[in-house]
Order: sequence, then structure tokens, then C-alpha cells
Amino acid sequence: MDLGEINPVLLIASLMVAATPLLLAAIGELVVEKAGVLNLGVEGMMIVGAISGFAISVETGSPWLGFIAAAIGGAVLSLLFVLLTQFALANQVASGLALTLFGLGFSALLGQGYVGVKPPSMGDIHIPLISDIPVIGPILFQHDPILYVGIALTAAVWVVLKYTRVGLILRAVGENHDAAHALGYKVIKIRILAILFGGACAGLGGAYISLIRVPQWTEGMTAGVGWIALALVVFASWKPWRALLGAYLFGGITVLQLNLQAAGVAIPVEYLAMSPYIITILVLVILSADKSSAPASLGRIFHASH
Amino acid sequence: MTTPLLSLQRLTKAYPGVVANDQVSFDIGEGEVHALLGENGAGKSTLVKMIYGLVKPDSGTMLLRGQAFAPPEPRAARADGIAMVFQHFSLFDALNVAENIALGMENPPPMGDLASRIREVSETYGLPLDPFRTVGDLSAGERQRVEIIRCLLQDPKLLIMDEPTSVLTPQEVEILFETLNKLRSEGTSILYISHKLEEIRTLCDHATILRLGKNVGECVPSETSARDMAEMMVGSTLQTPERSGREFGDVALDVSGLSVPSPSEFGTALKNVHMTVRKGEVLGVGGVAGNGQDELLGVLSGEIQTTADAIKFNGQPIGKLGPTARRKLGVLTAPEERLGHAAAPDMSLTENALLTGSVREGLENNGFLKWSETKSFAEKIISAFDVRTPGPENAARSLSGGNLQKFVIGREVLQNPDVLVVNQPTWGVDAAAAASIRQSILDLAAKGTAVICISQDLDELMEISDSFAALNEGRLSAPRTTTGLTVDEIGLMMGGAHGMEVAHV
Repeated sequence: MDLGEINPVLLIASLMVAATPLLLAAIGELVVEKAGVLNLGVEGMMIVGAISGFAISVETGSPWLGFIAAAIGGAVLSLLFVLLTQFALANQVASGLALTLFGLGFSALLGQGYVGVKPPSMGDIHIPLISDIPVIGPILFQHDPILYVGIALTAAVWVVLKYTRVGLILRAVGENHDAAHALGYKVIKIRILAILFGGACAGLGGAYISLIRVPQWTEGMTAGVGWIALALVVFASWKPWRALLGAYLFGGITVLQLNLQAAGVAIPVEYLAMSPYIITILVLVILSADKSSAPASLGRIFHASH
Repeated sequence: MTTPLLSLQRLTKAYPGVVANDQVSFDIGEGEVHALLGENGAGKSTLVKMIYGLVKPDSGTMLLRGQAFAPPEPRAARADGIAMVFQHFSLFDALNVAENIALGMENPPPMGDLASRIREVSETYGLPLDPFRTVGDLSAGERQRVEIIRCLLQDPKLLIMDEPTSVLTPQEVEILFETLNKLRSEGTSILYISHKLEEIRTLCDHATILRLGKNVGECVPSETSARDMAEMMVGSTLQTPERSGREFGDVALDVSGLSVPSPSEFGTALKNVHMTVRKGEVLGVGGVAGNGQDELLGVLSGEIQTTADAIKFNGQPIGKLGPTARRKLGVLTAPEERLGHAAAPDMSLTENALLTGSVREGLENNGFLKWSETKSFAEKIISAFDVRTPGPENAARSLSGGNLQKFVIGREVLQNPDVLVVNQPTWGVDAAAAASIRQSILDLAAKGTAVICISQDLDELMEISDSFAALNEGRLSAPRTTTGLTVDEIGLMMGGAHGMEVAHV
């Protein structure tokens, strides 16, 4: 066992990379749930985003086009959820589970020709001066652009939800859809837009795994990150910055336990592997002990007739 | 003659199976308080929804100051100066007052400016309100102020109020009326929907009466007696429940020092509640909604359990028993919420009859259900309480509110309880059905059952109860005999104007 081999700078830098897919998916789902919709299909939308992003960037050679395709892919799959829950008024839990199962199968089909292919690399941003600062530079300023997109998205979602009229209307729809309808807001339209946004974010998160974090394509490679994102939204009490905190915590412990495994710590691997899940949930449960609660219309079907 | 503010001409709206409004015409003048009277299901709500743009009429026209007016959506109606205060408040519990108000406006100013305008308008009209409080923490009267101020900030020409006083104490009603009178003097017209006739007589200039979707008459309320208006509403002479002088027996239910926290986040905890009910006595529990009524029912039914000695039935402590054990002893309850609490909406009437009747009616044998007995029990309820339904196999959800209410009350009454607790027994029920439900409660008491009737309808409580107590913030006032109680005394028992200042404008 040699803990000295763990480089703290690399550790922190890589935890941000490990956390980004989770953060992207969670921020998208947070917006969806704030609008009062429970979409359990995050995992399915992520994996579809992962393969669409992978395929397009391999075919075009451009990772940027890949990420755009991933967002579109995730949003298109969420359109299926829109049809089921907003028009056919199907149960949201069942529709979300179906979306995940469908996404996993469909992505495996799409990805058959891409196993073992290497995608084009996106490359990191090197901002002169600040990225050369010792310690802080490698940790904060030498990453790929999508990682910064994730952080910017968190800040944007926070500002929009808290300070803008669009955010207020979105929260109102999630809080009491009947009252929002009575005031003349288009509940269904607002929810559709939120669901599409959630799908696009999940798609981006999935593509981050297949294009940057891993980078290669294997079936089922999202490996439950979508489910963690769902749990994260709840334990983060539907607050964007807490979701970021939870994602970094989860990413951090995931990276740390991998490093500890590599260093040969005398703790069974199984315990190390489960530690990120336990610790993240524990911390967020403690944090979420305040009075904030779920959007009151979460998961309820809206129909304008009454 | 001057052009009326809003003129409705032959408005008709039909839903599958029912014509909600049938060629309704009337005019609302400038600066007039116009009452719209009618029983539940008379089509009042549909009519105002058409004016507010929530529902489109099938035929007929509306003229606003002589111009054709057909709002496709509430936004358009608001832009033309129509504002509405809803019967079931259309507020968002988790948002604060200013955010709620911003949602009801087309072009809200920035939050800081809006907050100061809310303060300004609320002071002017004698409705003080803090813009940054969370709406979930407000009392019913304060929530209504939020809605009214939301409307006033848009300088409406016509303010529609759907049953505004159903949740207010008499003192709060006075404050509201002062506000409305001030608005009228400034030239705002008000369309006031209610079935409380005395209020309409004091407030309104003109009244239109709807029955079964048709305009059946107009009158000047101050010159028409309440009884005449009621008979126009119902279309037949009213029957008031009969009660004979009764002797009370021993104490059946004894509640002492009962304190329980509320199970819900926005609920009210019960604090040190004392009461006794004797056999044959009807105790009326009044109070504005949300002052612990649901919790009181829950703790008496056994849904909320407490220390054993806090509740005694015939001297036996039952505080720790669950609902089934209490039913077995003879303590029965009928909660307020029909769909989801008193009845399971998607289950048939037979199944619903089984759910509370299985213990006392012996509808269960070693865990196996006796369906044929259950069905005849359900049929017995349907015939005894005149529940209008094709048969007991229909889902509870398919019944109208009044019919389902008759069913859930009848289900408990027919089980011959020793103690019966009912919450809002005639809520949303038309006058004829309400009278028959009240009569059945009185008949039960005459046979020696101790009855606790929790209600927000003071007239109902005065009609059926022998003694009266009021819930205020989870505390129960000392019960008093109803004979000789005045409205002022009742108002004070209910907590006055809830610590809110009376308007001086």
C-alpha cells in the first residue's frame, strides 16, 4: 500500500471530469421535476445521447457536432415521453421506466458498428496565464469545454429559476398545475419544453461519458449514472448548487476509491465500490433535512377539463 | 339608459349529458354589485368561467361597454379589465405573496417595486399583507387577500368573486365588505357569487338567480326577503329539519387535555382540547378551515393516535386504538374529503361500503369477504338516503358530490354508531340533500347517539347542534349551549378577525 502515489492535484482534476455526466443529467432532470414531471427515463436518454454523440462525432470527425447530436438525440427520445405522458396521459413512472428500457436496447442496436472505434478527441482548453498557475491551473483551468458548459448550465438554471419570470412560471406549473391553468398559463406547453430540455441535458451527459470520460462505446456504458442523477435531484432538494455539490462529491469519492484500490488499501474492493453511493446519499440526506420539499404537482397527470 | 358594463346575451354551454347554461342573459351596470345566486350545479361557475375566458360558450354573445367581447383565454379577459377571485384559491403554497401576485399579472414590475406596490394597495384597501411571506403559512382570510390584491393591482373594471366568504369569520366578512364597498364607490363593478342570502341582501344592488342553468328571475336583494330568494333558487318550498326537545344521557365521549402535532407540514396542531359529548347530544364545532378540523377528525377516528387517556369512550380509554378497533366499539367517523378520504374514488359503492362497514356489519368471515351481504348493505344505503346512482356496482367517482356525500354519511349512520363524528357533512351539497343529511343526523341523535359535527357553515351548526364550540389555531373554545348565542359571540369564539386589523379607510 502506498498512499503517496495518489496525486491530489490529479485527483481533484479528475473528480470534476467524473462528476460532469452526473451533473448534466441531474440539472436537466431538476428542471423537469420543477415543472412537475417525473421522468424516470434519464438513464435511457443518457445512453441514447452517448451513442448518437459517439456515432456523429466518429462520422464527422467533430466532437462538437457529436455533442449537438447527443443533445438532439436525448431530446428526441424524451419526445416519446412527452407523447405518452402529456398527450396520452399515461402514468409517468411506467412511461419513464419504459423509456429507460427502450433507450438501453435501442442504443445497443445503433452502436453495433461502433464497438472498439476510437472517437476524435475534443482537447482541453488551455487559457494562457491562468491555466499555468501551479495547483489551481491544472485543477480548474485545464479541462474540456463541456465541463465548463455543465457548470455554466448549473448557474444559468439557478438564475432562471430564482430570478426570472420564466422560472417563476415553471415553478408555478410544478407547484399547482390547476391554479396555473386557471391563471391562463399553458401547462402542457411549459412541461413539454422542460421535458425536452431535460432530454437534451441527459443526452449531453451521456455523450460526455462516451466521448470524453471513457472514451469509447460499449453497450450499457452509462452504468446507472442516470439513476444516481434522479436520486441526486431529490436529495439536493431541487436546488441546482446542491446538485453540483452532490455530483462533485459523488465524482470525488468515485475517483478516490479507484485510487485507493490502485494503491492497494486493505479494504475489500466491494466496500470501496459502494462507498460513493453511500456517502453521497448520506451527505445529501443530512443537507435535505430542511423544510424544502418536492414540487407539489410532481408526477401528477394534468388534464384541463377540471 | 346608459350602456351596461357587461351584457350577457343568450349564453349557452352544454357538456356531455348536461346543459350547464341555457340561454342566460343579464346585464351588469357600471359600479354595480351584482349577485349571481344559485344552488350547486345551477351553472354559476360555468357562467363566470365563460366571462373569464376559461370556457368558450357554445352560442350567445357578450358585450363589454357595447363592444363584442369573446376572450379566448384568461389573459385576454384580464387585459380587458376582468379579474377573478376563485372559490378554491388558485394560489401556490410554496411561493411567497409577491411571486403569487406576479404570476397573475401580464407585465409585472421588478420584485422590489411590486412588493412596495403590494404594500401600498393593501394599506389603501385595509387588507394589510406582507409580500414576502410564504403563502402556505397564511390563514384562509389572508390567502383571500392575496387573490383580491392580485386583482386590484390590475385596476379591474369588473371583479368576479366566487363564494368569497365561505372561508371567513364574520369579522373577516365585515372587512371584506368594507373593501368591496370602497371599490364600488370608485366605480368598479363586482359580480358576486354566493348562496348566502343574508350577505347578498346587505351587499348587492341587484341579483340574478340561476336554476338548472336557466335565468329564473332577477330581484333587488334589499327589497326581497331571504326566503323568497331561496325559494326562487330551489324552485320549491324549503324544508327545515325538525328537532324535538331531548334529554341527554350519560357522557359518551370524553376528550381531555388532548394535544397532537399535525401530520402535515401546513397543518395545525391541536392544543389542549377538552370536550364531552353526552348520549343524544349534537356538539357543533365551528371555526374557519385550517384551524385544526382535519386533525380533530383524525384524532377522533384513530388515524392519529395519542395517549390512551386523552380520549375516553363510555369511560374506556381509546386514545391508542386504531380506526378499526374504534369502529368495533361504536365510534364512527365521516371525514370531509369525499374523494380519497371518505371514499376510494375508483372502487365501487359496494367496495366502499365494505371498507368502513366490515366490522360492524359483519361483512367479513375469517378474512373472506361476504360480497352478497355487502351488496345488500350498499343497496340499503342507496335506498335509505336516496343516492342517485344506477346501482352499487358504480365507482364512487362517478357520483356527483352531493350523492356521494349522502352515501358516505348514510354508510356511517346505518351502522348505528354510539358516537358519530362528521366533518363538513353538507359541503358542496344542494339544499334539499343537505336538509335530508341534517335530518338523518338529528334522527340519529334522537335515538341516543352522541354526535360531533365539525362544519364551517354556521347556519348549519345553529340548526342542528345543542352546544357549540369553535376551533381557533388548534384550540377549542369551551362549549356553550346554542340557544341564545349571537353571531358576534360566535365570531369571537372563532378568533375574531384572526388578529388582523379591521379596515379603517
